[in-house]
Amino acid sequence: MESVLNAKIPEGPLQDKWTIHKEALKTVSPANRKHFHVIVVGSGLAGASAAAALGEQGYRVHVFCMNDSPRRAHSVSAQGGINAAKNYRNDNDSVHRLFMDTITGGDFRSREANVYRLAQVSNDIIDHCVALGVPFARDYGGYLDNRSFGGARVSRTFYARGQTGQQLLLAACSALNRQVAAGNVTVHCRQQMMDLVTENGRAVGITTRHMVTGRIHSYPAHAVVLATGGYSNLYYLSTNAMLSNGSALMQCWKKGAFFANPGFVQIHPTCIPVAGEFQSKLTLMSESLRNDGRIWVPAHKEDALAIREQKKKASDIPEAARDYYLERRYPAYGNLVPRDVASRAALERCNKGYGVSPTGHAVFLDFSQALENQGKQVIEEKYGNLFQMYEKITGEDPWNQPMMIYPAVHYTMGGLWVDYNLMTTVEGLFAIGEVNFSDHGANRLGASALMQGLADGFFILPYTLPDYLADRVGEHVPNPTNAAFVESRKEVTKRVLQLSTKSGSLPADHIHRKLGNIMWEHAGMLRTEEHLAAALPQLEALEKQFQQEGAGVGNTDTVNQELEKAIHLQDYLQLAKLVVTDARHRKESCGSHFREESCTPEGDTLRDDTEFQYVGAWQYTGEGNEPVLHKEPLEYEYVKLKKRTYN
Amino acid sequence: MHFTLKIWRQAGPNVKGFFQTFFLDGITPDTSFLEMLDILNNTLVQQGKETIALDHDCREGICGACGLYINGRPHGSDDGITTCQLYMRRFKNGSTITVEPWRSAVFPVIKDLMVERKALDKILQAGGYVNVTTGSAPEANQTLVPHQQAEESIDAAACIGCGACVAACKNSSAMLFVAARVSSLALLPQGKPEAKIRARAMVAKMDELGFGSCTNIGDCQAECPKNITVDHIARLNREFLYCKR
Repeated sequence: MESVLNAKIPEGPLQDKWTIHKEALKTVSPANRKHFHVIVVGSGLAGASAAAALGEQGYRVHVFCMNDSPRRAHSVSAQGGINAAKNYRNDNDSVHRLFMDTITGGDFRSREANVYRLAQVSNDIIDHCVALGVPFARDYGGYLDNRSFGGARVSRTFYARGQTGQQLLLAACSALNRQVAAGNVTVHCRQQMMDLVTENGRAVGITTRHMVTGRIHSYPAHAVVLATGGYSNLYYLSTNAMLSNGSALMQCWKKGAFFANPGFVQIHPTCIPVAGEFQSKLTLMSESLRNDGRIWVPAHKEDALAIREQKKKASDIPEAARDYYLERRYPAYGNLVPRDVASRAALERCNKGYGVSPTGHAVFLDFSQALENQGKQVIEEKYGNLFQMYEKITGEDPWNQPMMIYPAVHYTMGGLWVDYNLMTTVEGLFAIGEVNFSDHGANRLGASALMQGLADGFFILPYTLPDYLADRVGEHVPNPTNAAFVESRKEVTKRVLQLSTKSGSLPADHIHRKLGNIMWEHAGMLRTEEHLAAALPQLEALEKQFQQEGAGVGNTDTVNQELEKAIHLQDYLQLAKLVVTDARHRKESCGSHFREESCTPEGDTLRDDTEFQYVGAWQYTGEGNEPVLHKEPLEYEYVKLKKRTYN
Repeated sequence: MHFTLKIWRQAGPNVKGFFQTFFLDGITPDTSFLEMLDILNNTLVQQGKETIALDHDCREGICGACGLYINGRPHGSDDGITTCQLYMRRFKNGSTITVEPWRSAVFPVIKDLMVERKALDKILQAGGYVNVTTGSAPEANQTLVPHQQAEESIDAAACIGCGACVAACKNSSAMLFVAARVSSLALLPQGKPEAKIRARAMVAKMDELGFGSCTNIGDCQAECPKNITVDHIARLNREFLYCKR
């Protein structure tokens, strides 16, 4: 069957596709741009950079964010760095190598042309961010410094201490602020997108709820750009911020945007382990720490037990009795294997009884050797704030004993299906950054999320979106009194009312925590047909419990954070089923998606390229109906598929 | 652990507020301050009562959303942390904890512990950027930046825009916040050409929005969760004074 999905990959050799495509894209005359209104939902790296770049061109841009300022979007939390193929280290890096590493890291489940373009624009990002005033780390000659990240054997990660995301977001927001001052961009804070408005299948605006006044309002536009990030909080405990959610994404899905690879969820190997029942989130310890930190567990179970019972300390275990399992299993990459590989290896050790925290769910990340060789000052400059963060959270001193870490849900590779122009299956609705699916396949490499967000926002969307608008010169922005907008506001008002008048007493957090447990147990790091199938009735039951016993949220015309939680939870309950359905249908293992039925004797992923070499995009078919799967075959013209090996 | 909490409640910006007292028991020392408030809020939900409103997001000290006056000090009494990085193990069991929103007329209370900090973004919009258009940047290594200068720049750029400096200042001055941005950009060759105009524009906006003046007390430095120092205010003053317009 011919796929309904047309990725619109341009013709021509891989390295020329983007150039050829740009030449073919239509542009809008500067005089006409101010007549076009563009909505950008989300103000992280992707959203802020897109809004700034479109504003610079002269379009009227409206940015929506849930916080009191765009600068608080979750990109701010990214720590380690941003990749670019600058080859400043003369270690034979190139666009092609970054492309290959990304495709391989994603276990050959991403689109070749998109990934190549990402690698191509990576260098422009560094240039532009330096110009914007990002204080990247410099060596003593004043040149840009960089370090290594997982899945690469070159040094291509640019960084600003352990707060690269913050510095990049401040830069993107400063570009945004410049456009606010110029009158091209309007920022709407404390608003949540509640619905996508479509007319004749085209995106024409959004309906929002103001999080202070409760006002339900529609904003019309010529195009809508979704930049709302990922849905890791589906698992309740994740490294994501509390407000990060999948609600805008789910509303777009229900309005016809296909959801690609929802089951591809990244679990990050180095996070601070869960400490207690009321924990609200998990904190990441940057992957960059694996440059100098060595991961180990005791080689003997008795030692691990003694550490768990606090009879022994890490320093009591002699070198010969330590198992640096990543270095042992993957000598070529050592501690810098990709995230999915490192996470599963930690789980394997802990499941076999070698875990080191009282719960048994932790491994050591040890800096003693690096401290000895490089000295405290050097390590402090590289990772100082991360050490401090660890100390504040755990109350333990990482300078004198190894950190304890464990995998946690971190990033979602799945997201809205987009074509080469980053447009979804809904005409006029674009998706950029983490909320789309396009670049990372089944596993994202470290320091590539920041790269993708800024690539989409600064250098790709500002070329592809005008092509869509160019055909609409002279069209007025739709009237918010049109039937589609009225209907949308009615639906949203109804939904808010339903949530506020529920008669139960269970807080949303309570049900969300249960949802997270089900997902972590059944659709987390290790997945089996049996476990995934067992999740579905549990999810149904939980949804019922939410409907019947969920607490009413009270007044909705004021700040109501319980209502916000209930909205997110309601969408997560639906999204959970989609994640499980997708994970269940993909019977192969690839990247983060590990099916125990499909692995190598060494315990690594075993792909099935004859059956599953495609993007699985799910179409919404109405409340209570099964979603329909559409396949976009992944055709590799330039890349030779092979087994992903890091040993 | 158990605590008595005196928490500021206020239904809206123009309504009179009051302290409400809560008793909380069974809190483990590893619970974060915000998780303790989560527990309290969930209890309120179960009782059908309205929850306490407060801003918070990343819960790892970097987004700048959270900010509470805890026992009379912004972000509590520990140095170099935000409210979300404060853990209950830092409090004495059985103690009384007073929780208030940021105290400053330029940050009106929205509800309970949540305040309006729009003014900070308005200052940034007045000039807290480099005038460079996407696509026009030269090669990144073309302009060198000495290591030490880049380090000092990021010391200032670590500002998370939480507003603790303003809340701590008896004059409600935003000097440390403005200085952090001005200083960070002034230290880099990329931000240097506009450094003086930037200083003038941002300070003018700060004055216009009703922030007070700096009288060199240094409470801002003492309470800054990112340990940004008043040295940056000195640099701001330098840029400002030498700005001829």
